[in-house]
Amino acid sequence: MSLTRNQVEGIAHLARLEITEAQMPVYVDSLSRIIDFVEQLAAADTAGVEPMAHPLADQVQRLRPDAATETDQRDKFQHNAPSVAAGLYLVPKVIE
Amino acid sequence: MHTLTVSELAAGLRARQFSSLELTQHFLGRIERLGPELNAFVTVTYERALADARAADAKLARGEGGPLTGVPVAHKDIFCTDGIRTTCSSKMLSNFVAPYDATVVKNWHDAGTVLLGKTNMDEFAMGSSNETSFFGPVKNPWDHARVPGGSSGGSAAAVAACLAPAASGTDTGGSIRQPAALTNLTGVKPTYGRVSRYGMIAFASSLDQAGVLTRSAEDAALLLSAMSGFDPRDSTSVDRPVPDYAAELGQPLKGLRIGLIKEFFGEGLDPAVERCVRAAIELLQREGAVVKELSLPSLPLSVPTYYVVAPAECSSNLSRFDGVRFGHRCEQPKDLLDLYRRSRGEGFGAEVKRRIMTGTYVLSAGYYDAYYLKAQKCRALIAQDFARAFEDVDVVLSPTAPTAAFKLGAKTSDPIAMYLNDIYSIAANLAGLPGLSIPCGFVAEDGTELPVGLQLVGPHFGESRLLSVAHQYQLRTEWHKRVPAGYA
Repeated sequence: MSLTRNQVEGIAHLARLEITEAQMPVYVDSLSRIIDFVEQLAAADTAGVEPMAHPLADQVQRLRPDAATETDQRDKFQHNAPSVAAGLYLVPKVIE
Repeated sequence: MHTLTVSELAAGLRARQFSSLELTQHFLGRIERLGPELNAFVTVTYERALADARAADAKLARGEGGPLTGVPVAHKDIFCTDGIRTTCSSKMLSNFVAPYDATVVKNWHDAGTVLLGKTNMDEFAMGSSNETSFFGPVKNPWDHARVPGGSSGGSAAAVAACLAPAASGTDTGGSIRQPAALTNLTGVKPTYGRVSRYGMIAFASSLDQAGVLTRSAEDAALLLSAMSGFDPRDSTSVDRPVPDYAAELGQPLKGLRIGLIKEFFGEGLDPAVERCVRAAIELLQREGAVVKELSLPSLPLSVPTYYVVAPAECSSNLSRFDGVRFGHRCEQPKDLLDLYRRSRGEGFGAEVKRRIMTGTYVLSAGYYDAYYLKAQKCRALIAQDFARAFEDVDVVLSPTAPTAAFKLGAKTSDPIAMYLNDIYSIAANLAGLPGLSIPCGFVAEDGTELPVGLQLVGPHFGESRLLSVAHQYQLRTEWHKRVPAGYA
């Protein structure tokens, strides 16, 4: 097992995912298998190779003039929100 | 009517042999009758379809419209559709009504197509069998006990069963090409940046690309031209003219240089699948194509590289699902952390959680260099291998998938076995190259005939050549015309 239960609990916390007690061993097992599998990359000779972040080498990030281009559609967008009031998203109290 | 190709339907509409409304009602009837047993659709858009069809008929009556006016299509449920539920086959978005159209949806709509509905898929496009969908697995129309492939499995099943003449898909590691192979369709994943990603729910942004599933290369050419083009709303969209792919299908096979990648004909490839692919190669040779064997030594790194890069990008992209602005929210959260953890824990399925956690791990402090940065370097090696190959050949040819369609449930307990379905398709995504799958034969398993696909990959923006090779092959073969029993 390349990952411990402790590690997987830590990852789940970082990812803000609740994993049930019953499911935890399944994730420890499958994540360990995946990490073992990708471990084979360590053997590849990548000395002097530039990491590739974008599939088209000559592409540059476009910029546009700094001007408002979107219209206000707040009500339409908030239609999908679980809880809103007066145009604001509601969440549990953060600051006591 | 339903077994006609898109180009035949377009000709029939123009000649007034049938109206778009008649055509649309015919397909809606088939979806109602045959859709449930395949579970191909998440949402059928009856009213929208009829409205689109009436608008198309009015245009056709005025002698207006283009080659796709009045042709019904389906969209993978990963594309946002204004005012229509868009779920990504996830509990997380099971009630999400998109507030705008994806550019792909807009482009096909502007071309006059009729929207039949939204197709089932692996949850957030993470899967190779369409078994991770919150709405249940899709069945393969060639054998209901088998998977249609994934993640665009609903689109594949719908087109293969003639419930729609064509459908959109997305392909991050093979999600158009592999289901196309498993259901006897033509499936095209264009060059990264060719088709806008705006409104296409993101999985792995440096790999995701939209494309089409159709019953012929000619249809794929028509629909791809209508789908493609520069879009200022996608920061990685490429500003480059879109060819009329259908007008370029006549390029000859004579003199075509085909590369066979040694690494893609090795261990794990079903010998019966290999026989079909080898027979297709012989046909192309007889027609004057020149075959050259190549070695791309970095290709065996593709799957492990992908399973670092894709989960890393997935963990970042899916952090937007926080239970606050849209999507599932848990009941009675006791604080903000509890809201995040339970909303995400309940809203995402097992495979999505697995990928988010894999990505979180490979990006975390202390592991970033060993996994993520290393994978990006391996990705560069794979891209360089292809660039070298395309100095010598015009296209590379391989099987699309190592086996024909497998049984439902056969690989659900072993993530690595599932990931290896995409062993031949993933490299094209890592290198941003265009690829397609076309039918090239059948194998018999347990007395059932199952389709086999072959894959062609070309250099960046080489879609035109790929489609022409596919079309020329289809002019000389009948495989792509076969329709599964019960759906003809």
